[in-house]
Order: sequence, then C-alpha cells, then structure tokens
Amino acid sequence: MYIYDNYDQTMVDERVNQYRDQTRRFLAGELPAEEFQHLRLRNGLYIQRLAPMLRVAVPYGMLSSKQLRKLAFICRHFDRGYAHFTTRQNVQYNWPKLEEVPDILEALASVQMHAIQTSGNCIRNTTSDQYAGVAVDEIEDSRPWAELIRQWSTFHPEYNWLPRKFKIAVTGAREDRAAVQVHDIGVRLIERDGEVGLQILVGGGLGRTPVLAPVIREFLPKQHLLTYLEAILRVYNRYGRRDNKYKARIKILVRAMTPAVFAAKVEEEWLALKDGPETLTAAEITRVKSFFTRPAYAPTGQGQAVLDAALQENFAFKAWVTRNIKAHQEAGYAIVNVAMKATSIAPGDVTDEQLEVLADLAEKYSFGEVRVTHEQNVTLADVRQDDLYPLWKALCEAELAAPNLGLLTDIICCPGGDYCSLANAKSIPVAEAIQRQFDDLDYLHDLGDLDINISGCMNACGHHHVGNIGILGVDKKGAEFYQVSIGGSANTNAALAQILGPSFARAEIPGVIQQLVDVYLQRREADEQFVETYNRIGIQAYKDRVYA
Amino acid sequence: MPKIIKDNAIIDSPLAVVQPAEASLACSNSLLPLAFYLAHQTSLAGRADIGVWLQADEAVEDLAPYLSDLTVIALDLPQFGDGRAYSSAALLRQRYGFTGEIRAVGDVRRDQLEQMQRCGFTAYALAPGQDEQACLQGLAGFTFNYQASVDKPQPLFRRRA
Repeated sequence: MYIYDNYDQTMVDERVNQYRDQTRRFLAGELPAEEFQHLRLRNGLYIQRLAPMLRVAVPYGMLSSKQLRKLAFICRHFDRGYAHFTTRQNVQYNWPKLEEVPDILEALASVQMHAIQTSGNCIRNTTSDQYAGVAVDEIEDSRPWAELIRQWSTFHPEYNWLPRKFKIAVTGAREDRAAVQVHDIGVRLIERDGEVGLQILVGGGLGRTPVLAPVIREFLPKQHLLTYLEAILRVYNRYGRRDNKYKARIKILVRAMTPAVFAAKVEEEWLALKDGPETLTAAEITRVKSFFTRPAYAPTGQGQAVLDAALQENFAFKAWVTRNIKAHQEAGYAIVNVAMKATSIAPGDVTDEQLEVLADLAEKYSFGEVRVTHEQNVTLADVRQDDLYPLWKALCEAELAAPNLGLLTDIICCPGGDYCSLANAKSIPVAEAIQRQFDDLDYLHDLGDLDINISGCMNACGHHHVGNIGILGVDKKGAEFYQVSIGGSANTNAALAQILGPSFARAEIPGVIQQLVDVYLQRREADEQFVETYNRIGIQAYKDRVYA
Repeated sequence: MPKIIKDNAIIDSPLAVVQPAEASLACSNSLLPLAFYLAHQTSLAGRADIGVWLQADEAVEDLAPYLSDLTVIALDLPQFGDGRAYSSAALLRQRYGFTGEIRAVGDVRRDQLEQMQRCGFTAYALAPGQDEQACLQGLAGFTFNYQASVDKPQPLFRRRA
C-alpha cells in the first residue's frame, strides 16, 4: 500500500496543527459557529443528533494492521468501544468529543491517516474496487490511479469551495465493484487496441435525483488523468448551481447542459491545460505503482487439496466458503470477505476488539493489509487456500464469520435516525427486523444474490436507489414511514430501482420483503438471480402481491 | 482609508468598490463594475486610479483584451463558501498572464487566505470583523502542496526529491 514520505507526513501533521488552532479559536469564541462548521466539515466532523461524528478517510479502503490497531485504540480512548464502516470505504466514530478531535487526528497522523476532506463541499475520499490488484477480471490495478487522484485532490486550493460535495471512484476491472456510474466522476481503466487508458463518466449520483453517469470521454491516455479532472472540476466550480443546494451537484449541471455540451465545454478547457505541468510523468506513475506491487506469494501447492478436505468435513465452513470467498489471480490463494452483518449488530459496526482481531488475522494470513468495501464489509485479499479453515475458525471466535456475503441479510445501511441529524427515519432497526425475518441460512443461500440497501433519508447514504430492493425512510406528518423500491443494481449493468408504491409503516417492512421474495421464488426460471427475474417480468407482479 | 492586506503587509488602499448604480466616469480611486468598465473602456484607458471588480458569476474572459491596461482586478466573494473567484483568479494568472494585483473583496475571511494566495490573489479586503493581524498569519499555508498552483507552478511530483 502507499507509504508516506516526508512530504505526505508533513502535510498531514501540519493539518492537525491547523485544525487544532481552528478548534481552539472556535472554543474561545473567536470563530463564529457558521464559519467553523465549514472548517470542521472539511475535517470530517459533523454535529449529530446525540454527539459529534468524525469520519476518517480510508483512501480506496486500504488499511494496514498497524492502522487497524490505532483505530481500535481510538475506539477505546476517545469513543465508546466501537466504530462504523461506511458505504464510501471510510470509518466513522459516533461519540467523539469536539475538543478531543485534534488529539484523535494526531493519533491518526501517527499511522499515516487523516480525516481530510471527508465532508464539506470539496473533493471527497476517492473510492475503488475492494478486489483491486487481486481480481481475476482485472484489466489494471486501480489503486495507483486512485492514489494519484487522492494526492491531486488533497488541499487543492481551487476546489475547496465547490457548489456541493464531489465524489470520484475508480475501477480497473471488467465487473464494476466501485459503482462508478453513481459517482460525480467515474474513472474506468479500459483496454483499446492493446493500450490501457481511461474512460471518464461524469454526473452520476444518488440522493434526491438519482442519475447514472454518462460517458463524456471514451478514451483518455493515462498521463492526462489529472489535467482532465482539472478541466471537469473547473467547469463545475464555475458553472455549477449555487442558488439551491438540492440542484448543486454536477449531475444537475450535466443534465442541464446535456452531456454532449458539457463534454465539449470540458474538452475546450482541457485543451488549454493539456500537456501542462499536471501531465503525469512516467517516473511518477512508476513511483506510485511501486507501492502496489504483488506481495511475496508462496503457495504450497497443496491449497486446493487441503481446502477440499476441510469442505468435506464441515458444513458451516462450506457455507462460508461458498458465499464469502472469491477467486484470486494467484493460484493457491483466495480473496476472503469478512461480512460485518451479524444480526442484531448495526451493519458496518465493528468493536475495538474485532478491529484488533482483524489486524492480527491480516498479519497472520494476508500480508498485514485489509480493505474496507462499499458494502460495509472487510476484505482480506491475499489468503492462502490452506489457511482458509484456520482463518475461518478464528473469525468464528470473534463473531466475524457470518456466511452471508451478497445475501439478503448482507444489508447496506446508513446510521439513520439513531445517530444522524439529517435522517427522516431510523434504518438500523429495519435492517435488524429483516435479518430476523430471514434467519434460515439454507433458505438465504437458495435465494442467492440479493442486495437490500436502506437509507434513512433521501441523501441516500445507504444507496437505496441501487439496491435490488431499496428502502428509504420518509417522514409522513411526523411519523416514520418507508418507501420500497425494486430492481436497482450497482454493478456493471447499473440500474436505478423503481418505486413500488405507497410507503409502509416500519413493522410492515419484513412482511413486504417476504412478499417480494415470494414472487421471485414462484416466478424465477433456471438460475435467475432476484434482479434478473425482476428485469424479465417487470414491476406489476410485485405490486399486485404487495398491495393486494 | 480602508486597510487591506497586500503582499504580506497591512496597508491603506484608496480603491473602493463602486456599485453599478453609482458608477460614472467621474469616479476616482475606484473599483468599477465589469459591465461599466467594458462599456467605457476607451474613455477609461490609461486611468491609473481605477480598477475593475467582477461578481462571482462574471467571466474573466471578457477582460482578456484589456488586461495590459489594468493594474488591479478585484474578485467578489458574495459568501465565503462561494468558490468561483478562485477559478477566476487562477485563470487570470495561468491563462491570461495577468501580473497586476488581484484583490479579494466581499466575504473574505482568515482561513481562506492561503488557498486564495495559491490561486493567484495578492491582496485582500477583509470582511467586517476580521482581525488583520490574525489574517496575516492565515496567509501562511502548508510547507508542501501536491498540486500545481499559481504560486508553485510545478506539482510536487515534478519536484519530489
């Protein structure tokens, strides 16, 4: 993974001091609250319903064991013993004290971490594919490109006061696990005539106005990445709407101008920047790529045989392997997903002890690194096949072996009304009620891939628009109701879900989900997944059942 | 005479922003609105006691033909969270090669000054209530920056040891 040198470290250290001084001035009454709000947001600090919330950046989801241990330390010393993995591969703390945040940032800086630009109307943390560098369907590792974007976007002086927040995602695989079509900018590494270049999408997003991003540049040679991003951001900074925060995202600008006109405007700006100083040098690309080399794989040659024997013996282990293990580029190795979705635990929540267990297991079995996924799970990307069984046993002891990756109970869920002051409704209890309704593992495995995404308000942090089933908390005359949608997808064939009809009371939701699943079970053909059956038969059959 | 920060010092500046309704050729020591300046450019050419100010949504491109005539261009921040002036300043420097003073006017506050400086601003007429001495400290940014900017035209990756 990327390791800081003196330049990177100095920036992060100086940012801690700058923020410490801003906090001091706020507490001393020298900085008005409405001004400090913008400054603290640019360091990830929200003031929430019950307490401040601090969002820590995890660039493209990569964490070392050392960093995990520091996150655990922060849980224990500054919070209430747990943290939360977010849908943008970050980590949140729900109970920090405002006056202690500078100390938390100092602790983070000691392990090359920070909370820079994790909120506010600026360029946010760049996200990527959790299987980057190990996925069998990979064209090129996306992480060096995400790191180059991270550096370019960090403290960019021209884009710190954008019309609205700005999110960039990068993927280098054929299957899109980074949801690039629902980001402000999506970058795809693609191959054309034997050359790998960049395809640029602009103006996707969820929120109030869900949009799938159009491609505005089919193929960009890689050295032009930063000048091209500069052109997009400059057009947005100058022409994006600032009169209405609900119409301020770049997707609204792209739609208003039309993608073709927007692309032409960017192209015009880019021609003035092209081949300028931000044009990437071969030396810089090589330097950044050198941090993402393949680890020293040492397969024993016995991996498959050892694994097969363990699978024969243990049904629970087999269920976990079936769902949570993915194929690896290197023979004898596997990608392991640790689902943070045990019933009765808020999706994505993790205790200090679990963080330390993950740190130990990563060190023992996966070269000391993990990745946070946008589904709020954790990936150990480089595990030898012969180690899968002992790893699973250790995960079982830490209650981290839920065999439900990608299943109905692997719910993406925002913190909702339990924590967030923006929420219209709670989301965590809805997730738990659904998990309790569907507690039969054989049944869940038979249902197969089925994403349920829950957001407590239309800001859509739970990505409800792209869930196979999406649930949105709405406020109906002061009462919490839930709108259900169906047919969304965040992968390569991204689709926005359709609203089923009138919303439901919270207690009705598990029953509604059951009815939707029943329609699928009765109508599915051959190996169809939930969303494939929906695509074939359309929404009416589901409406008829639910509103009968 | 109002005080501004210019070239890292607190100085008196005679130039004051003139609103469109008050603009006339009789104005002296003034920052004139862009539209007025463009309409009277020939009459104003050579006047050393005036400059131009632009609202956040006005295009610096419109001034491009007249930049050699101007010593001061002011860019307005209607609110401190409005970032358009940063792009305007960067364009004036990087694309149009303007070498005169670029002054931030409007809701200009301490914690933004280092970003403004990196985008090419050289003078700051502070918002009411800002402490000028404290703002001088606000100009000191980070030791290192990743990106190319007006003050450091080469990005860090071209300078990294």
